[in-house]
Formats: sequence, C-alpha cells, structure tokens
Amino acid sequence: MHELGIVFYIIRDVKKAALENAVEHVSAVVMNIGEVSTVVPELLTDCWRWAADKEPLLKGCVLKVNTIPALTHCDGCGAEYETVRYGKTCPHCNSENTWLLQGREVEIKEIEAT
Amino acid sequence: MDDVKIIEIKKSVFADNDEDADKLRKELKGKGVYLLNLMSSPGAGKTTTLIGTLKRIQDQVRVAVMEADIDSDVDAVKIQKATGIPTIQLHTGGMCHLDAEMTRQGLDNVALADVDLVILENVGNLVCPAEFDTGAVRNAMILSVPEGDDKPLKYPLMFSVCDLVLVNKVDVMPYFDFDLDKCREYVRMRNPKARIIPICAKTGEGLDDFADWLLAEVKSWKQD
Repeated sequence: MHELGIVFYIIRDVKKAALENAVEHVSAVVMNIGEVSTVVPELLTDCWRWAADKEPLLKGCVLKVNTIPALTHCDGCGAEYETVRYGKTCPHCNSENTWLLQGREVEIKEIEAT
Repeated sequence: MDDVKIIEIKKSVFADNDEDADKLRKELKGKGVYLLNLMSSPGAGKTTTLIGTLKRIQDQVRVAVMEADIDSDVDAVKIQKATGIPTIQLHTGGMCHLDAEMTRQGLDNVALADVDLVILENVGNLVCPAEFDTGAVRNAMILSVPEGDDKPLKYPLMFSVCDLVLVNKVDVMPYFDFDLDKCREYVRMRNPKARIIPICAKTGEGLDDFADWLLAEVKSWKQD
C-alpha cells in the first residue's frame, strides 16, 4: 500500500509549487505514471481523494493519471519492444541483454490552478 | 475554465527523497558510520539472520540496530535480549516503507559517535522499500527458499537495488522446488553485480560469509 505514501509526497510537492507560484487553489494535478512503476492508478486516486480533501489548497482537486507505456531497448539487435508483453527477453532476437527505456515514471507533470 | 493556469512541474515524486538520502549518506560518511538497509518479505528470517550475524561481529565492530515495523516491538526486544546490542524500534505509522527522513529521525536516537555500523531492518515488503532510498550505504535483501526461486522475476526493482542477496532457509531446499542456480540466474538478469550468499539462519550455515562481507564493507567505508 505505498500509494498512500506516494500521495503524501505528491501533496508536499504540489504545496511547494503552489507557494512558489502564488496559487491559492489547485483544481487538478496531472501525473505521469509508468506502466511498470508498481503504482496502481486506481489506488493512487482513491488515496488521493481521501488525503487531498483534508487540505484547503486541494479541496476537490482531481488527480489525473497519464499512463506511460513501458518500452524496453535491446542491445542485441537495437529494437524497442513492449516490456509488459515480452518481459526481459527480446522478441526479435531472443537476447536478454535488454534494458528498460521508459515505464518506471512516478512524476508530477503539471498542476492546474484556478 | 478559461482562467485555469497550468504550471508545469515535471518532477519525480522520489526526487526529494533521493536528495535527502544522498545528504544523509554523506553525513554518515563524515561520521564514519556504515548504514545497511536490510529488506525482505515478512517471515523471510530477517530477525533470526540478524541475531546470528550480530553474535559473529559484535566483538569486532560497534553495532546498533534499528527495527522498522508498522506496529509492535517484538523484533527489537528479541534482538536486544539475544545480543545485548542497543536496538531502536521505529514505527512507520501504517506506512509500508521507510524513507530517508524517517531513517534520519531513527538515527537521531542512536549514539552515532559510539558505533561503526547501524543495521536497519526495514518493513517486511518486497515492493515499497525498494522505491525509497533510505540513505543506506548498501542495500541487502533476504529471499527465503519457501518463497520460490522466481521472486527476482516478480519483484524486479527490489533485486535491482540490492547489492547483496542472502538466500535463507537453504536447509529446507529438498522440500521445495527451489533451484539455486536458476535463482542466481534470475538475480543476475536484474542485477549482474549483486553478490549472492546462501545461508541458513537457523543452523548458522553461511552466516560467517555474511559477517565477513559486512566487516569488509564497514572497514572500507571508514578507510576511503
């Protein structure tokens, strides 16, 4: 259940950004969440609702999740392929000399202020 | 909606914690204190492994232990009783992991001038603790035989952040379909640099190797 912990991190960062930009109310927070980040978007938004409504700055604020597809690069043949479908082994050349290109993101993309 | 202002942030939620952790590591370096972050699933044998290992090293280095749990102090009491080593219990208040700030708060209660090594027994969990850098010099994890040799495939991040993997409960290997060679191969797929030591905390098998690794690590951290 680390989604709740992550929500507290998001709230801390959003509060900081709001203060820096003299924002009084945030209506939406847009997140980039990688497909293999181990964060479950549904749990994240549930925890968000519970925690955000306790903050005047974030009352009613919506958490929007952009899912970033996981892509793996193969050093064997240079191809890029879908991580979730094929895992660690390249479907083109069977090499295991592969690494994750994207898909582990847990980042705040932007906030919408009203 | 036309007066909505969009402020771009583009920042990982782990960035602040990573910074805190680096800062803490530097401070520990300055004080000559080595911090080991020990992780595993619940029941893999962290506490028993620790007790056996502490008994092997406590005459050679000054050690303190921090136990992190969601609740209770059973592990801290057990370690203190068995070894006499100062042990602090941290409660995460429902959180499934420790971050650098919580680790720092725990260390504030340790007499750092009197210790060379602090072992942090993290919350039993293979997912969350891997995400959060505690500020430790090294990460170690215990995988126990009954959990299966395919855990590195299921929890890739945990195995990719660990410098040392202790494969515990090797005495019951004949009763489980656990293939040590396969396990080594799966760990290497995630992390070619990880050291793997098979152990049995109950019989003491392999604990000398873990103790030697730990002593060498502390020595080189204090020397560099």
